[in-house]
Amino acid sequence: MTIDLKTVKHISKLSRISIEEEKAKKLSDDLNSIFEFIEKLNELDTNKTEPLTSIAETTLKLRKDKIESKNIREDILKNSPDKNKDFFVVPKVVE
Amino acid sequence: MSEITNFKLCDLVDKVKKKELSSKEITEAFINRSKKSTKLNSYISDNFDDAINRAKEFDSKPNLNKKIPGIPMAVKDLFCTKNLRTTAGSKILENFIPTYESTVTQNILEHGGIIIGKLNCDEFAMGSSNETSYYGNVQNPISENLVPGGSSGGSSSALAAKLTPATIGTDTGGSIRQPASFTGTVGLKPTYGSCSRYGIVAFASSLDQAGPMTHDVKDCALLLEVMSSYDVKDSTSVDFVRGNYLNDLSDNIKGKKIGIPKEYRVDGMPKEIEKLWENGIKIIKDNGGDVIDISLPNTNYALPAYYIVAPAEASSNLARYDGVKYGFRSKGENLIDMYEKTRSEGFGDEVKRRIMIGTYVLSSGYYDAYYLKAQKVRRLIKNDFDEAYKKVDAILTPSTPSSAFKIGEKLNDPVSMYLNDIFTVPINLAGLPAISLPAGHDKNGFPLGLQVIGKAFDEQTILNIAYSIEKNIGYKNNINDWWIK
Repeated sequence: MTIDLKTVKHISKLSRISIEEEKAKKLSDDLNSIFEFIEKLNELDTNKTEPLTSIAETTLKLRKDKIESKNIREDILKNSPDKNKDFFVVPKVVE
Repeated sequence: MSEITNFKLCDLVDKVKKKELSSKEITEAFINRSKKSTKLNSYISDNFDDAINRAKEFDSKPNLNKKIPGIPMAVKDLFCTKNLRTTAGSKILENFIPTYESTVTQNILEHGGIIIGKLNCDEFAMGSSNETSYYGNVQNPISENLVPGGSSGGSSSALAAKLTPATIGTDTGGSIRQPASFTGTVGLKPTYGSCSRYGIVAFASSLDQAGPMTHDVKDCALLLEVMSSYDVKDSTSVDFVRGNYLNDLSDNIKGKKIGIPKEYRVDGMPKEIEKLWENGIKIIKDNGGDVIDISLPNTNYALPAYYIVAPAEASSNLARYDGVKYGFRSKGENLIDMYEKTRSEGFGDEVKRRIMIGTYVLSSGYYDAYYLKAQKVRRLIKNDFDEAYKKVDAILTPSTPSSAFKIGEKLNDPVSMYLNDIFTVPINLAGLPAISLPAGHDKNGFPLGLQVIGKAFDEQTILNIAYSIEKNIGYKNNINDWWIK
């Protein structure tokens, strides 16, 4: 299968990464060489194999639903590129 | 006092405990050498002034019962350090100052360590040569314009150049073992679940593990003890009894069964690496180990499976970098435009490439063909190891298919760059522990490493085997300080 320019633009939209026109061609070439390499997996018959989703195949431990962190509002806002009082500021979303 | 930097971690601990050296003397020695070594570009940020104050504080009331009392250490810039900039090698985190400490660095601090700086790495740990870092290439102290490996390239460079007595890295597909192999140092990737991932900038969560990078196996055992702990803040942290790795370190490997997987004899492997491997096999036999031929039949499928699983997890983990709550933000006409420009300008090419691979393999209509397929192959690879471990206690392979290459040599060919990790990636997919130790040189005098792979949670056995090989080889790095004027 080949990843053409149209597909590259579609993936770019899904990943929320804008790609300049001149870079899209190079990216499409790179992705094709990587996927050519990945296609090797099709040699394997895995119809009867269960997927391995995690190495630690145990059920997650439960803990008490208890608040551990207190007064971290300032910590949370500290690295924000744009804030106003206790809020993160983003470009206008609702008209 | 420049000779202080020649001491290894265990020697320094010993000298502090015997009061032959103060924390301040040691800390200043490594800082001074680091200041003279800017040409290597091993550091992204330094913490020198704060570190010297902490050393003085330690000396004023030294607690000598700590495992690494007053010992300075620079760490990979993928570990969040409270109030100390953490970039993950990316522009998008250029101004990020964590308000909390990662569990692994917290363990280092609690055992008496002092953090002197943050070391360069490939952007978000995605790379095998440290060339994807936004903060520039790192030099391998072995020779000018040679890559130090990656992604923990700043760590391997700083360690080999003796800018830090030991360091820590992270390993998702080989990022501790490959740079250790390229710089003639020791690097260990612990069993998945040994070291907490809390506070480590996430790449591929089902594969990421932190581990020690040191001058020798003894230091490695000590630093693993310091780093490894059960942590409720990481839901995949495993609650098992950690060993006394240093105390129990032994070069007695009599009767240990060591497997040699035939699939690791890849086409085009340099003669010198084959010789290195043969030499390792001979040493194990001489030391009373039992060498057994084994098969890991799905080895060739590990790398393609990895290049689905790792980017898929990365694309999901890196979705958080949207320019809203922290990190770099670009101006946009509206919210979506702001996201797209922020991520386009904030991420480098390799990171974008992997996010896009990951997004594609997880996208509607392709999930079964790629992601699910890769997870099934991952099961086959783990089964291979499970089968092998019915017959052997550990496995011996080369660490990498080549020695370190020149800066720029593989930059334009992603697949050839990925092939660097052919011997290390299967171990991450199976969640096993593995150690790389220096075992010889190639014709240019560049270091080559051997890898010992263990059973899950059996770090002690691979440390012991590595210790036994190390004693026989007596490897020494030949470094002439070319970067210091």
